[in-house]
Amino acid sequence: MSLFLIAALPFLGAVFPALLIRAGRNAAASAAGLTTFLALMGLLIHIPSVMRGDVVTAQFEWIPALGLNANFMLDGLGFLFALLILGIGLLIILYARFYLSREDPMGQFYTYLLLFQGAMVGIVLSDNILLLLIFWELTSLSSFLLIGYWKHLPDGRQGARMALAVTGSGGLAMIAGMLILGNIVGSYDLSVILQNKELIQSSPYYLPALILILLGCFTKSAQFPFHFWLPHAMAAPTPVSAYLHSATMVKAGLFLMARMWPVLAGTDAWFYIVATTGLITMLIGAVIALFKDDLKALLAFSTVSHLGLVTMLLGFGTKIAAVAAIFHIINHATFKAALFMTAGIVDHETGTRDIKRLGGLRHLMPITFTIGTIAALSMAGIPPLNGFLSKEMMLEETVHTTWLHSHYLVPGLALLAALFSAAYSFRFVSHVFLGSERHDYPAHPHDPPVGLWLAPAFLVVLVVLIGLYSKAIVGPLVAVVSSAVIGGEKLPYYSLKLWHGFTPALYMSVVATLGGLFLLSLHKHEEKLWNALPRPEAKAIFDAVIAVLTKISQVVTDTLHNGVLSRYAIIMIAFTVGLGYYAYTSGRIGPETREALPIQIIPLIGWICLVGATLAIMWFHRNRLLSLVLIGVVGLIVSMAFNYLSAPDLALTQISVEVVTMILLLLSLNFLPTDTPWDSSAARRWRDAAISVVAGIGSGALIYALLLRDFAFPTISDFHLANSYKGGGGTNVVNVILVDFRGFDTFGEIIVLGIAALIIFALTEAVLGTNVRSYLLNRKPHWPQSGDSHPLMMVVVTRMMMPIALMVGAYIFFRGHNQPGGGFIAGLVVAIAFLMQYMASGYTWAIERQRFYYHGSIGWGVLIAAATGLGAWFNDRPFLTSDFGYIHWPPLEEFEWATAILFDTGVFLAVLGAVMLALDSLSRFAWQPGMAQEFPMDINPLRDNPPQEEENKEQA
Amino acid sequence: MEALVASAVGVMTAAGIFLILRRRTFPVILGLSLLTYAVNVFLFATGRLALDAPAVLNKYKDVPYTDPLPQALVLTAIVISFGMTAVIVMIALSAYLSSKDDHIDMSAHDSVDAPGEDA
Repeated sequence: MSLFLIAALPFLGAVFPALLIRAGRNAAASAAGLTTFLALMGLLIHIPSVMRGDVVTAQFEWIPALGLNANFMLDGLGFLFALLILGIGLLIILYARFYLSREDPMGQFYTYLLLFQGAMVGIVLSDNILLLLIFWELTSLSSFLLIGYWKHLPDGRQGARMALAVTGSGGLAMIAGMLILGNIVGSYDLSVILQNKELIQSSPYYLPALILILLGCFTKSAQFPFHFWLPHAMAAPTPVSAYLHSATMVKAGLFLMARMWPVLAGTDAWFYIVATTGLITMLIGAVIALFKDDLKALLAFSTVSHLGLVTMLLGFGTKIAAVAAIFHIINHATFKAALFMTAGIVDHETGTRDIKRLGGLRHLMPITFTIGTIAALSMAGIPPLNGFLSKEMMLEETVHTTWLHSHYLVPGLALLAALFSAAYSFRFVSHVFLGSERHDYPAHPHDPPVGLWLAPAFLVVLVVLIGLYSKAIVGPLVAVVSSAVIGGEKLPYYSLKLWHGFTPALYMSVVATLGGLFLLSLHKHEEKLWNALPRPEAKAIFDAVIAVLTKISQVVTDTLHNGVLSRYAIIMIAFTVGLGYYAYTSGRIGPETREALPIQIIPLIGWICLVGATLAIMWFHRNRLLSLVLIGVVGLIVSMAFNYLSAPDLALTQISVEVVTMILLLLSLNFLPTDTPWDSSAARRWRDAAISVVAGIGSGALIYALLLRDFAFPTISDFHLANSYKGGGGTNVVNVILVDFRGFDTFGEIIVLGIAALIIFALTEAVLGTNVRSYLLNRKPHWPQSGDSHPLMMVVVTRMMMPIALMVGAYIFFRGHNQPGGGFIAGLVVAIAFLMQYMASGYTWAIERQRFYYHGSIGWGVLIAAATGLGAWFNDRPFLTSDFGYIHWPPLEEFEWATAILFDTGVFLAVLGAVMLALDSLSRFAWQPGMAQEFPMDINPLRDNPPQEEENKEQA
Repeated sequence: MEALVASAVGVMTAAGIFLILRRRTFPVILGLSLLTYAVNVFLFATGRLALDAPAVLNKYKDVPYTDPLPQALVLTAIVISFGMTAVIVMIALSAYLSSKDDHIDMSAHDSVDAPGEDA
């Protein structure tokens, strides 16, 4: 199976549980399980080539300009992790089916789980670090959903937020580190990066890149001092904890350290940062775990400790330590997932996870007891279980490690950690299962149904078998993975077996086990001491830090963003003017190359009207109606100017938009105050005036300078002029640009226009649903209403004009490709034709005769435009390529057909629908009871001569 | 001719910005409309001015054409600016009808959404 498919399957499958949950919980779980199973099978098919040491790849150039390729590769390391993710994922899916209760939305759970699984598989299979980063962030997001799955629990929400904050910010650091790394090497492909050890380690940017990448790994893998999020993430349902925090998410950091091991490891910086962090984490995690009463918290801290162990081994930088790290990753995944599931079973069956309230369960839950005990003993490092093997290897390595010339520091601390580790493992067994039976369990404990214990039992079998027959079962795998980690070099000598003779590691193991038992026997006294000790509470510190950050951001936001819109406007304008001034002073202006056109008398008159009207608006803007009239004057002169300056399409558009805008503003003024009161001080007005004058001079001077100079570079307009007829089949170049060359732009524009109209409609619906409606119904108009609101003459004239206006619209539409016109203008003209009916005969009368919905018109417009564009695909052309041809029917002139006219139809419908929907919505504000009349006109001949009489007359 | 167009752009820009800086919704809307005119004419003029040279191809003789590209851009800009004006008119109207206040600025006593403690 292609690696693409393996990585994509969980994402594709994530849809099904969400949909199938309607068919029942079994259907949802089966869909999730089947998807995972398929992906797992796809992975297993690659076993032969992976075991040969080959690297399976799949490549796809996604955004080559950025170096972002969707390249996947599967080597030993990726295989091991993918196996853990998919294999344990499958067990978790089974377990969760029986664990989650009826009230939990199970479809959601499996969807989140599969999303997470896909992201994890993506990380381990990526051969491109940018792609890896994308999946890395996806794991942070999907684990947030999983940890916060029980949305009703504040602990769950807070834990999820903390996990997201910590791993997310680590992820940000890692992005920076990866980018530096990619720049050092000059490629973002992992396979290239892994070949360049010398180049990377000799670069001056090695240390910053290392630190940033390690920040990402440490936060993800809960290394000290970022370990605190993991225990809080235990608020998640147990299947999530078992999956994320034993086998997958927290191992992502380890995976990346192992992945980068060939190029990053081996330096002093690597050793001291990684090994020390690992050692501290291992010790602290083990100590805290011993004093946790919550089963899952105990396991969480033990996970922290074991992750520290692996980190430390990777940090040693020796090949044999890397082998031990890989081996322990396998072992830890098996026994820890089993332990989490056991804890979940205990919680599920007894109703509590508090160790203080448990004990004596061995007879009540014999199966659970067996599973839990074996797994815990493996965690403690008791032979012949698999935990013993890797712990021995770890101890052996510490003996050979010198930390700042000290031979005893690392083995000493590691032994101490192993001792505590044995102690908390024994505590897990003895305080939960051993001891005398109690009578105060919150529920009646008994072994769960087979569905719940099957998954952990399977893992425990693995624990035993790997311990006994390690060489046969995982030997080849460890070898392949280890050689992938150490960069394909020759593997050092090691042996996976129980008995190595009397080595220092054996003595250390014995000491750790006996010491652990001793420590456990004194647990009561130690606990008193522990509780008496002052210790920093990570959550409190985290909350305090977050509170401070929130405060700072609030102060910054409130200062910059205080709700005074006019201040934002002034800052923006002043900044823009400043930029312009900077460009003017720092740039250079070329000589004038164009002759100015002579000033003729009529344009001069137009100019005087325009400037006069504009200045008058400024002066009289308090009288709102007057300023509306004046702005209409400005708009008219602008459209005349367009016509004069060889832009007939613009003139037509401007004048029709002008009409609808004026109607819109007049309608709105109907509800707004008629005057603007004086409410800014004189100083403020002068300041505003000064800024506007400067901005006006700036823009005027800029366009003046531009107008007197030729283009600095060859313009692309010549291409449009040359190809308009040849390629687009139209002689009106502006229209051909709109429907053909830049058709995608136009397509976007009609969508924007449609959305604007829908926003208006939605706003109207929302506002009219509130008490505003009653205000509007009882509103008294500003001015006395005209006695004849629908004058006879106007009604008659607009009715007569309706067909003519529609015909004009059709004419403008059809000529658009070759002469000024087109869908935009036609849409506006037809909209005006409809609006005339609204105005003359009244809203109610017009709406009763309206046969189509404006929403539908917008939707059809966009759909027709899109369908026209898609049509090009069927002819193997890119989206929106238009076609045209000529038809000649003998008696008629030759005429042209073009697919662009279909596209223009879409534009027409969308513009018509949008304009009408906007004005129609606004008109609804004016509706008052009693307005609906039987007759459109106040003075109506029909009213005085009812129809029957008319008939009589005719008969007579 | 260039001087007339440039000065008209300047005057409309100045008046538009002055009105945008007012504190009530209606003048701000008018200001935006004026600024729209100014910007549209500005963009249109970047194609340089030409008389009697519309970008409609003449099949029969070779005539000069003006630059069609800015025209196409401005044409859609005009229609979109109608949509934009309509939306802000509607927002202004809804705000006024809901609160009987047409100030654009939030005053100090207006409640700012308080930071909620999620717990």
